[in-house]
Amino acid sequence: MQTKRLLKDKLASKFMLILTVFSGLVVFFIAFGLYQRSRPILAIKPLTELLFSTSWHPLRGEFGLFPFIMGTLWVTGVAVAIAIPFSLLTAIYLSEYAHKIIREWTAPLIDLLAGIPSVIYGIWGVLVIVPLIKDHIAPLWGTFSTGYSVLAAGIVLAIMVFPVIIHVTIEVFRSIPHELRDASLALGATRWQTIKHVVARKALPGIIAAIVLALSRAFGETMAVLMVAGNVAKLPSSVLDPAYPLPALIVNNYGEMLSVPLYDSALLLASLVLLLVVLFFNILSRIILIRVERRIQ
Amino acid sequence: MVRLGLPHMNKRRIEENIFKGLMIFSTFIILSCLLLILGTIIIKGLPAMNLAMITQTPKGGYYLGKEGGILNAIIGSLYLAGGATFLAILISLPVVLYLNVYTKKGSRLVFFTRFSFDVLWGVPSIVYGAFGFTIMLFLGLRASLLGGIIAVSFLIFPIMSRAMDEVIRMIPEELLDASYALGATRLETAFKIVTRQALPGILTAVLIAFGRGIGDAASVIFTAGFTDHIPYSLFRPAATLPLAIFFQLGTPIPEVQERAYASAFILTAIILIVSVVSRILTKRFTKHVVK
Repeated sequence: MQTKRLLKDKLASKFMLILTVFSGLVVFFIAFGLYQRSRPILAIKPLTELLFSTSWHPLRGEFGLFPFIMGTLWVTGVAVAIAIPFSLLTAIYLSEYAHKIIREWTAPLIDLLAGIPSVIYGIWGVLVIVPLIKDHIAPLWGTFSTGYSVLAAGIVLAIMVFPVIIHVTIEVFRSIPHELRDASLALGATRWQTIKHVVARKALPGIIAAIVLALSRAFGETMAVLMVAGNVAKLPSSVLDPAYPLPALIVNNYGEMLSVPLYDSALLLASLVLLLVVLFFNILSRIILIRVERRIQ
Repeated sequence: MVRLGLPHMNKRRIEENIFKGLMIFSTFIILSCLLLILGTIIIKGLPAMNLAMITQTPKGGYYLGKEGGILNAIIGSLYLAGGATFLAILISLPVVLYLNVYTKKGSRLVFFTRFSFDVLWGVPSIVYGAFGFTIMLFLGLRASLLGGIIAVSFLIFPIMSRAMDEVIRMIPEELLDASYALGATRLETAFKIVTRQALPGILTAVLIAFGRGIGDAASVIFTAGFTDHIPYSLFRPAATLPLAIFFQLGTPIPEVQERAYASAFILTAIILIVSVVSRILTKRFTKHVVK
């Protein structure tokens, strides 16, 4: 009886260890799986041509991903530029100023914002942001736009990454010892001065990590962007131009990809590029966050 | 309070008030975005709702404006998210228990696994879709419910694990020691003590993962396919709500676009219900927890 229980414990331990190691390695499996499938195209085309050529003609065997990479960069850049001021100010307000009751009421709402499916953001973008840009913002600049543009995608994405920046920033602010604030306030500094000179300075790496995390989230976001960005495979030259981001390319062409030679390989290479960029940003921000945590402890 | 014109008023105070105003303004903007999104979906979706939407599958000519509903997508999404959540529990629960009960504090394995889950959390769902697709090519599967379940479970298991880990980590060491002192093995402690103590948190983690799974489109577009029928086998394609919304919105016919709004309303309602239920469950199940 006793040995049976111990044996069970041992067996379970081994099984769980294998499962843990396996699940920890999933990210490598993903990278490896995508790499395997993109090898056929990497074997015959130089990587630099695939990444920096603007010519995308699958039927002629030309797979230049550059317009799509630039589309993603434009959209991500606009999104993060909009998201940074709003979400940082909100995070500072919620962690430093707001009454406990306000904090308790807003937390689930911000969670909800994070939980809304991206296709819902997309449909909202089509219903509200696209007409807004077409009818009001573009005429303001004296140009014409269909509304399906870098700006539309940027606004929708900015709202999607608000919760990411707010969450991480609040966590970082919370980890900063209260004594630091008290010392500054006791010297006669106002709250804002305390935040500006003491808290934010201490929290700066964490804030950067939050922004990088948001950047990587925006970089890979697919459905919402696909629905409002316009999807024209040309380099955008202004925020009112349409863009064709990388994830949108992958989704829009899955139908044909098995019928044109190398097409599937090119699209899986696009996913691999997406994965590697996102991994780079993610690992960077996680390392910063771990450092911040360690330093404060 | 702003005390205009009083002698206290100086540059520092003006700056303080300006920034405080900006902060309140930003918070207000962000919260109104949420209200605006929910409001738009309700205002556009509710009038387009009818009983047929949730009780019928698409009939011939549905995508041209003829009758039918999206029961295929509702059932497909529930099957898919349910199956993926089940698979994800089978992976997450043992892994998280292992990390918290079996390993020593500060072990490299624990650090590495947590780090890896954090990174996986940030991997875009389209990449999971593409990866699911490569697995399916490898296994010789066609677009099917099973393919979708595999892709979505890869997408949600890191989210579930990390959420469970947050709660199980908080369990006091003494509780585990008390269990060991009574002669329980680690396995018994893990499944009978830790799991029960963390039950509210575990349920919340499961629901968060389910909500994420049911709302995701990019991971299922390659893997689950789309069909007008309710799937009756794991090897048949399955329709999903997010894709139903996407396809219906993409048609040029106004009646069908209306149905996209109604479908968006249904999906949003499911997400809201899941979110509210997880909050209620958390409250109710907390009574078994040793404080």
